[in-house]
Formats: sequence, C-alpha cells, structure tokens
Amino acid sequence: MALIGKIQEKKNSIAAAVFCLGILFCVLGITRGEVEVIWQKAINICLECIGVG
Amino acid sequence: MEQKKVIKKREEKSKRRHDALNKKEKFRLFIQACVTAVSNGYIAGFAQMKIYKGDLKKLCVPGLNCYSCPGALGSCPIGALQAVLGNRQYHIAFYVLGFLMMVGAVFGRFICGWACPFGLVQDLLHKIPTPKKWKKLPGDRVLRYLKYVLLVVFVILMPLYVVDFVGQGEPWFCKLICPVGTLEGGIPLVSTSSDLQQMVGFLFAWKNLILIGVIVLAIFVYRPFCHYVCPLGAIYGLFNPIAFTRFKVDKKTCTNCKACKNVCKLDIPVYEKPNSVECIRCGMCMSICPESAIQYENAIRRKHVKKNDCTKA
Repeated sequence: MALIGKIQEKKNSIAAAVFCLGILFCVLGITRGEVEVIWQKAINICLECIGVG
Repeated sequence: MEQKKVIKKREEKSKRRHDALNKKEKFRLFIQACVTAVSNGYIAGFAQMKIYKGDLKKLCVPGLNCYSCPGALGSCPIGALQAVLGNRQYHIAFYVLGFLMMVGAVFGRFICGWACPFGLVQDLLHKIPTPKKWKKLPGDRVLRYLKYVLLVVFVILMPLYVVDFVGQGEPWFCKLICPVGTLEGGIPLVSTSSDLQQMVGFLFAWKNLILIGVIVLAIFVYRPFCHYVCPLGAIYGLFNPIAFTRFKVDKKTCTNCKACKNVCKLDIPVYEKPNSVECIRCGMCMSICPESAIQYENAIRRKHVKKNDCTKA
C-alpha cells in the first residue's frame, strides 16, 4: 500500500512539474511575441485550412 | 429458490450498471455539445459568414476546432503551433507548447473524450445504426502510430523546413490533411462567398474527399480520426500515464472479467492498461465494472488519506 502511495505521489509530482513548466513556457512565449503571430493568423481566414490556398 | 434470487439480483445489478452507462454517455455528449457551443459561440460569424477578429483568439481552445470556423472564438492549438513554427522568427512555439503541457498534465486525453468538437461529430456519426460496427481498422497496431508520424512530419517539421523564398512555412497539416477546417470553415465560407468559390481548386476537392472518408468511416468505426490521425490526440495521449485525471485499477477487487475491454469502444484492455495513450477517458469502463475496480487514481488516493487520518485518530 505504501509503495502504491509512493508511485501515485511520484506521478502527481511529475504532472505538477509539467504543469508548472507549461506555465513558464506560456510566459516565455508571450514575452517572445508568439501570441501576436497566432492572433494575426487566427483573425484572417486561413485559406490553407479551408482548402482554398 | 435461492438460486433464482441470486440470478435476479445479478440481473438487477447488471441493469443498473447499463443504466449508469447510458446516463454517463448522454452526459458526456451533453458536455461535448456545451464545449462545442462555447468554442464556436460567435453567432454573428454564422449570421454574416465572417470570422471573429477579437482578442479571445489569442487563447487556444483545448480541442481541435478550426479558427477559420465563422463561430470560432479561440485558436486551434495545432493551427497555432504550425503558425508559430512557420514564422521565420521562431523555431520553438513556447506558448502553444506550454498550453499543451498545462492541459495535458491535468487532463491528458480527457479533452478528446469530453471537450473536442470533432470528437462530438464522430460520436454522433457512430450512433447512426448500421448492421455492423467495428472497434478498429485492419492493421490497427501499425495504423495507430500514423498520428505520431503526422504530428512530427506535417505539424512540426514541414512548417519549420518547407518554406517559401522569404522563409515562411505553411500549416501543412491544416492545408493537406485536417478535415476539421473543411467541415467548420471551408464548407460554410466557400458555399456563401462567390470570391472564395472562384479560388477553389484541387486542394478543396482533396480535403472534402478526406472529410467524406472520415465521416463514412466514423459511422462504422469508432472515432477513426482520433484513433489514427489526430496530432492533438497524439500529444495529449503522451500525458495519459501521468495526468491528474488518470485511472487506476484496484488489483484486489478486479476479477479480470474483461467487461471493461468489451465495453470500451476503442478495444483497450483497461484492466491491464488503465492509462493507455489511446484512452479518451469516456468512463464507460468505470460504469460497467461489476466490482467498481476502475476509479480515478487521485480520487482513490483521497479515500486512502481519509482512512489513514481516521485510524490515527
């Protein structure tokens, strides 16, 4: 039972670490200006996506 | 007499489990419909056949939802990933990667089962009655790796390295493969715009062919796009073994009856692999298990902690 608990703890720790790293990456991406690139793409009709361009 | 009572009890239990199963399935479809409605909540877009241009498109939605859908309020994470990688300034898309890590760490492929608009489309198509349904295509063992190949080649490498003379890449997965853009953006926009109709060519026909193929397959095979093609599902699936919403099979109560595998529409042996990268967390295995051996792992953990607290007291 203790071993199962330890494995669960380990997986939760990994998930938490990945989540925190994800937040860090998001902040890094925002500071690099990636959001602007995404927004510019998203607010114009993506001709490739709809099968035209 | 006693035997009859036991049989009757078993039948009642089985009926209750199947009722719970149907209830859960209806609830899941309802949640998917709500998420689809919210993701595509720009009603004015449908009315005027113009896409939303507001700030919400700086945010990614968790499921596969084309940002060229007239109603789309957010950005498709796969489209956004390709947009950044295809931009000559960037070689890594930290923002989208971070978003996928955050969502994956918490939910894994729970998003596929509960929050993806195209998943909903396939679920509804699969409900169309046919003489026979299949859980998988021939060559499933090899075919399931196709989504990883498509992720690496079309979503990551091609936007990075197949560039034009100014160094800009294109969203190659969206351009050549993704049927979601065709369904949500291509058909509504092209059918109502004479300008776009004049620009239509072979690519539009090719993408509609893919869409028709996926639609027909989805009627007979459960979620073929999710199982074999979707790069977003490929990414989220990698998080399944560690995500906070992962499953656990209680080996003490599990009798290996395989009821979970039989009810699983993706034919996953849940009793052996509760956190398979293919599992979309529909929860049908949890509902059907006669011993209630399948639970959310972190839910079980909370019960163990409470029990320990009581014994300490």
